[in-house]
Amino acid sequence: MTATEQNIDKKLIPILEQVSDPEIPVLSIMDMGVVRSAVIEGDIVKVEITPTYSGCPAMDVIGDDIKKALKDAGYKSEIDLILYPAWTTDWITPRGRKALEDYGIAAPLDAEADKDVLLNGKRMVKCTNCSSQNTRLVSQFGSTACKAQFQCDDCQEPFDYFKCLK
Amino acid sequence: MNNNLYNYILGIADNSLILGQRLGELTGHGPSLETDIACTNISLDLFGQVRSYFQYAGKIAGDGRSEDDIAMLRKERDYKNVLLVEQPNTNFAYTIARQFLFDAYHLAFLGELQKSTDLTLSAIANKCVKEVSYHERFSSDWVKRLGDGTEESHQKMQNAIDDLWTYTDELFHQTEADKAMVEEGIGVDITQLKDNYYKYVSEVLEEATIEVPDIKYFQKGGKQGIHTEHLGYILAELQYMQRAYPNMEW
Repeated sequence: MTATEQNIDKKLIPILEQVSDPEIPVLSIMDMGVVRSAVIEGDIVKVEITPTYSGCPAMDVIGDDIKKALKDAGYKSEIDLILYPAWTTDWITPRGRKALEDYGIAAPLDAEADKDVLLNGKRMVKCTNCSSQNTRLVSQFGSTACKAQFQCDDCQEPFDYFKCLK
Repeated sequence: MNNNLYNYILGIADNSLILGQRLGELTGHGPSLETDIACTNISLDLFGQVRSYFQYAGKIAGDGRSEDDIAMLRKERDYKNVLLVEQPNTNFAYTIARQFLFDAYHLAFLGELQKSTDLTLSAIANKCVKEVSYHERFSSDWVKRLGDGTEESHQKMQNAIDDLWTYTDELFHQTEADKAMVEEGIGVDITQLKDNYYKYVSEVLEEATIEVPDIKYFQKGGKQGIHTEHLGYILAELQYMQRAYPNMEW
């Protein structure tokens, strides 16, 4: 398995897609890219998940939710938290990025642009309310470890930006 | 059990634990909402990192000790953090100066730890280095803002750097465990990081119009468990629940 490949049994995908990030309920853990493998071994499903940020308190809940969803589908399961390869925002799927935007969280830019908006005050993050790029950084840290706070100078809407992690 | 590896991990993790606790004190007390959230976000990252280290240390100890046991059930002398991270928040300039002086080291350290032959440590470092690069951006940015800000913010930042500078040299002191781990290809040779550290820190301070302190006498002892008076108070708070209700679990 190379660094970015996932090893997920096709039968399990619909079940895992029902589980969402408790802090961003519109985003399934599959679209988030935190499930790295899920295989059926005998009568047990072994799932490997990786944290977005080390201190992310959502990981314990996600682990419990996966167990519950699998149990409802008739599977016993074991959940393992793996640290390598480290999660990156590149693993959020296009569908996941759209779900973030619809929810009011601006999706991560690429690493260079991310630096420009967070460090150099460039106005590039699109407002999730009015799509203007006339937005400014309020704080590099936001309501959760993965987000920064922004405000739109056109419609005045404050919103979260999902920071690029690479 | 590999004692050197166990002590090595604790040496790394205790820095994050104690700094995380210090930053946690600012919850609801930061100078502004955004900086309050930033400091506590950084604290959360550090605690997350500590969990990974202590889970691994628990596995190595092999005597059933959990990550919580290792974090909460040691005495002052058994904590191996550097003196820098236990220094009090005092005011926002001190909080930022302490953070920056540590982040600059931490970032360089984790960059090297990624090359460790110990796969667990390199995986943890690989994860943490991304988070710490955000911390360092935040703290270096504020060093410049305060240093190159008003007359008052400049003076406060200068005072903080002057006071905390004396704790920087200890970052590069090798313990017995450090030396053993370097030999095995597991640990980072921190003595090699020193020149670049002072060079980089000086550049940032210069940009912040802060004078680089010229002192020859440095404080040390934390890595040997000999701490400043501040650590006891931190532990009194950190360990309160375990002392009040021994063996309690969440």
